[in-house]
Amino acid sequence: MEKQEYTITLYTENTIGMINRISIIFSRRKINIESLNTSPSEAEGIHRFTIVINETEEVVRKLCRQIEKQVEVLKAYYNTNDELIWQEQALFKVSTDVVAEKAPIERLLREYGAHAVVIRSDYTVFETAGHREEIDKLTAALAEYNLIEFVRGARIAIIKDSEGFHRKLKEFEQSEPAQEVVENEFLNKQDKVFTM
Amino acid sequence: MNTIDITKVQAESQAEEVAEMTQISGSKAVMEALLAEGVDTIFGYPGGAIMPIYDALYDYTDRLKHILVRHEQGGIHAAQGYARTSGRTGVVFATSGPGATNLVTGLADAMIDSNPIVCITGQVFAHLLGTDAFQETDVINITTPVTKWNYQVTDANEIPMALAKAFYIARTGRPGPVLIDITKNAQFQLFDYAGYTPCHHIRSYRPKPIIRKEYIERAAELINNAKKPFVLFGQGVILGKAEKEFKDFIEKAGLPAGWTIMGLSALPTDHPLNVGMLGMHGNYAPNVMTNSCDVLIAVGMRFDDRVTGRLDKYAKQAKIIHLDIDPAEIDKNVKTTVPVWGDCKETLPLLTSLIAENKHEEWLAEFRKLEQEEIKQVIHPELNPTSDEMTMGEVLRLLNELTDDDAVITTDVGQHQMVACRYARFKQSKSNVTSGGLGTMGFGLPAAIGAWYGAPDRTVVAIIGDGGIQMTIQELGTIMQFGAKVKILILNNQFLGMVRQWQQMFHDKRYSFVNITSPDYVTVAQGYHIPGKQVCKREDLKDALKEMLDHDGSYLLEVMVTKENNVFPMVPQGSSVSEIRLK
Repeated sequence: MEKQEYTITLYTENTIGMINRISIIFSRRKINIESLNTSPSEAEGIHRFTIVINETEEVVRKLCRQIEKQVEVLKAYYNTNDELIWQEQALFKVSTDVVAEKAPIERLLREYGAHAVVIRSDYTVFETAGHREEIDKLTAALAEYNLIEFVRGARIAIIKDSEGFHRKLKEFEQSEPAQEVVENEFLNKQDKVFTM
Repeated sequence: MNTIDITKVQAESQAEEVAEMTQISGSKAVMEALLAEGVDTIFGYPGGAIMPIYDALYDYTDRLKHILVRHEQGGIHAAQGYARTSGRTGVVFATSGPGATNLVTGLADAMIDSNPIVCITGQVFAHLLGTDAFQETDVINITTPVTKWNYQVTDANEIPMALAKAFYIARTGRPGPVLIDITKNAQFQLFDYAGYTPCHHIRSYRPKPIIRKEYIERAAELINNAKKPFVLFGQGVILGKAEKEFKDFIEKAGLPAGWTIMGLSALPTDHPLNVGMLGMHGNYAPNVMTNSCDVLIAVGMRFDDRVTGRLDKYAKQAKIIHLDIDPAEIDKNVKTTVPVWGDCKETLPLLTSLIAENKHEEWLAEFRKLEQEEIKQVIHPELNPTSDEMTMGEVLRLLNELTDDDAVITTDVGQHQMVACRYARFKQSKSNVTSGGLGTMGFGLPAAIGAWYGAPDRTVVAIIGDGGIQMTIQELGTIMQFGAKVKILILNNQFLGMVRQWQQMFHDKRYSFVNITSPDYVTVAQGYHIPGKQVCKREDLKDALKEMLDHDGSYLLEVMVTKENNVFPMVPQGSSVSEIRLK
């Protein structure tokens, strides 16, 4: 199996130490995290992690099972890039003189859909969002015109065929005390499930 | 003036009393939580940051037995031993900093061997966190990889809920160690206590996966069509309290069953379907037959590399059915044909109800044929040696005889562990306490102390090598003070024997630092007021063992065994299980 870029999406409780508990699952196996973003999710009180790694599907599947095993993780999904709508944001600081004097810069910025966030006499900050390759290309081009500072945000991604987490969260919460919480694709197919 | 003052004082003290009715300290809430969870024994060691908890404990000693260990590692291994023989959750107290870091080995051991443990550590005052305060360490982050769950309490109001969650998480699903770190201010803090509510549900935590009917049916179909079915079982059977369900299952279809060392004692040794131990130093037949069976049924075991040997040559011919409560174990090491997720206490009876009665006599006879080969070449010479020097195996043979196969046996790690697990005979479950996954030397003695508190009516024998005993020998002090009736059986071969065996076999006999000297153990024991004896000759062995077992209390017996004996059979590292060597 070939290594490729996978995006792992986690729904977790928002507790202190979660990033450590998740990240050591990767570092223990000497797997580099390319990008990690945590944010609130569509479901209230539930946090969302978006993690990008380069690995084979088998490794990613096992990682997701280990992650889901953590007490405070509700669900782990993994997707390839074609199953996602994804964006990364970037900020560039360049000298205003250079921007004003060098015509190609304006063309570059138009080409990549970047726009100015701040314009001062000494520098200008541009912002853009897109796939990593586009941002990489713009960065390389701007580097030739005295790029003073550059930062790129972690990937954020929407899963194309996800219906969101609201319904699932309700199922997680539904279980009355003393009943075991169960969650898989058979949850709503009780006829196929033994009850003891 | 005087009278007025007195009235005022009385009124104030009455008001304080009313307030005290509803307010308790965080430390007292810890005690109430332990009582509500049915805890009767705590293994621990006090220190600065956990003093308020020990102060509260002072008023609860009539209901909570506290065993003062001699090192925190001993404390957690004792709690593990307690959990293993009692089937209950082990509880450990330790202070911050070094107290907590000393728990780490035990946490790792309990994590990999799925022991339900709740550790409560003291921590510096919340306002000192991160200031490099005296005896401060980042316990939560240090223990994250080796705990099922951990949590830092900085406010007493959190204590009842944190402990309720801790006990619930530790014992449910696949059990594991949980650590609750409580800052000293929270231990002191008075708060409105509304009583203790046990935890039964955490929305993000699914202790058991749902049982899927069609997978049970597919598994039953595979078993019913199998000509050469073979069952492997692990500690899951014991943790699930499913010994009877397991027995019913294998008996109905006449399924030969081999065990991992963590599964040892779940099935009586003399059960006709028990075909022995799996893995590197396991029995000949179950290893060879793994690569001959047509359906391999794994119950509550995790295909450790010491069990599977070389994975790409492991049971490739067989269809694999894997029963496990932990979904992460399915397909982790061995690709499964049919996964049966769930608690084996529930899945086994469902499977049993769907499988056809069978005997598989010819298939079982193949196991017995190979077993005869092993008996002839390995077992008989090991148990009945003809040379002058004693073997570990013959000590085990006599021990079985004298305890009527019914002792609790704890082991340390190394050659004696393999010999003990291979040759000890068991009648009842929860009788074998060993460090399987982590291979922690120093485990045996403290684990035996805990094992005795978990099963005080049983004979507990700690079988330990001359290397391991020196790692946690300080726990003799715990035995001396609290009287655990542990029989300590040191099998002394004057070497770190397992490492020596590997150096002999794979490193051209270059014996690099495996020659370990021993103190006079009998004198050491005597210093702790524990009687003991050393045996060097075979003719004294049986009587000495009998004296050890008959003594009402702890006893140390050191048996000098042959120095350069190797444990066989052996699956060399990197070999397939069917390439197991008899010599």
